Amino acid sequence: MNMSGFQTALGGDALESSNFLSLFAVFMAVCTIMYLLVIGALLIGMWRGRTPGGELTVESGRHHESTPAFRTALIGWTALILVGLTALTIASFFTDRSNASVARDPGLTLKVTANQWWWDVEYTTHDASKMIRTANEIHLPVGVPAEITLQASDVIHSLWIPNLAGKQDLIPGRVTDMQLLPRKIGTYRGQCAEFCGIQHAHMALDVTVESKADFEKWVAAQQRVAFAPTTPLQLAGYHYVTTRECSACHAITGTPAGGTVGPDLTHFASRRSIGAGTLPMNTGNLYGWIADPQSQKPGNHMPTIGLEPADLHAIVAYLETLK
Amino acid sequence: MSSLYRNSFAAIALLALICGCDRDKQEPRGNPLGETIPIAASPDTIFPGGKTPPSLDPRAAAYEQNAYAIAQGQQLFTWMNCAGCHSHGGGGMGPALMDGKWRYGGRIDQIAASIANGRPNGMPSWRGKLTNQQIWQLAAYVRTLSGQVRKDAVGARGDTMSNSPPQTETVRKPVTQADSAQ
Repeated sequence: MNMSGFQTALGGDALESSNFLSLFAVFMAVCTIMYLLVIGALLIGMWRGRTPGGELTVESGRHHESTPAFRTALIGWTALILVGLTALTIASFFTDRSNASVARDPGLTLKVTANQWWWDVEYTTHDASKMIRTANEIHLPVGVPAEITLQASDVIHSLWIPNLAGKQDLIPGRVTDMQLLPRKIGTYRGQCAEFCGIQHAHMALDVTVESKADFEKWVAAQQRVAFAPTTPLQLAGYHYVTTRECSACHAITGTPAGGTVGPDLTHFASRRSIGAGTLPMNTGNLYGWIADPQSQKPGNHMPTIGLEPADLHAIVAYLETLK
Repeated sequence: MSSLYRNSFAAIALLALICGCDRDKQEPRGNPLGETIPIAASPDTIFPGGKTPPSLDPRAAAYEQNAYAIAQGQQLFTWMNCAGCHSHGGGGMGPALMDGKWRYGGRIDQIAASIANGRPNGMPSWRGKLTNQQIWQLAAYVRTLSGQVRKDAVGARGDTMSNSPPQTETVRKPVTQADSAQ
């Protein structure tokens, strides 16, 4: 899957980021003009120098007086500042209104809960049987305004998907929100933008903006319960995962595994990464992660169990079926 | 400042730094890997014939005096819903953990054994659900609830409502003998 462009705050791939891009252009223009004027005045002053015995020096005692030309220049300068600041205020106001308009009629609501160091994602609907819980990935249909409710379970985190929108903090005990109107199909990278502990750097999420039809297909796939194991090896893995340490923290829909502490694993193998963007999803990395998560992402909250090789093979075989 | 004076000052500062770090030492993988629980630890604290209880497991100090282990235990206490029965130490369906009374022993090895083995009338066995290291960490946190752990290792703050003073200010008292509990 190709990542459409690198992670950039100048992408403008959603209404929010393109609004901010326009605002950035306005700020840039106004500030550049003012900056050039200030530097120009300074250069002229340096070039002209002080007239010896000039009229308006402090030494002459007439420094508080001014010439008509100087007066005009000062009034013009003040007017220019006033116009510039007003332009910035108006531009900011309309950017804010345009961004807020997305929240008026969201076509999709989801809840993102930040944990040390992964993202818990829930698609909320009125029909509980249609709810989806996944982790470290967000799928959004293009052109549909989405309302994202943000919460944190331990410390302050910040959700930042540079191509789509600005940062928004997630604060324990509070509910914040973010609105998104994605406009371009693609895969974007989001990350935590508030230092949240030892593995802050390994706390990324994939944002997939796709067509409405693809999104519906993804939703339908996510709503399915987990595939049942078919081979004896997968069955052994299923038994380990659902009865031992794994299920104390992880949930797999359709099985007895119902922990809520760690990421939902129902469709684990369909994700692009392991450990919130730490490793690409493949068999080798899966072995490494399950065998010793503390060597892959030291300090994360998944313990190294010290699995027997037979159990490790079985668990990996089972987890790979969770498409 | 003479070089001898300066060197010894640096040595003392380095020593203080090394010793001071122990409290916050993080051992995320368990040391040695494949930690074990003294599941056969006797829950008794008095023995016939005036015999003294066996000496404390040397691993106890590594968990009990380590801020990281206690903090991990605190998180596990919430995650594994210990509060569902024990409340946040005050007890409910399960016995209180913040008093000085222990049915199955209040030493860290005895608490670890209780968590690993489970106990009659409702306490489930956590062996195979938590790693042994996590059970030690949980036991270390349970010890802090009754104020038995060094003040400089416990967390000053909890995330839950509490009617007791912060653990850093809890008065340290010796543990009551198990059999005087009920």
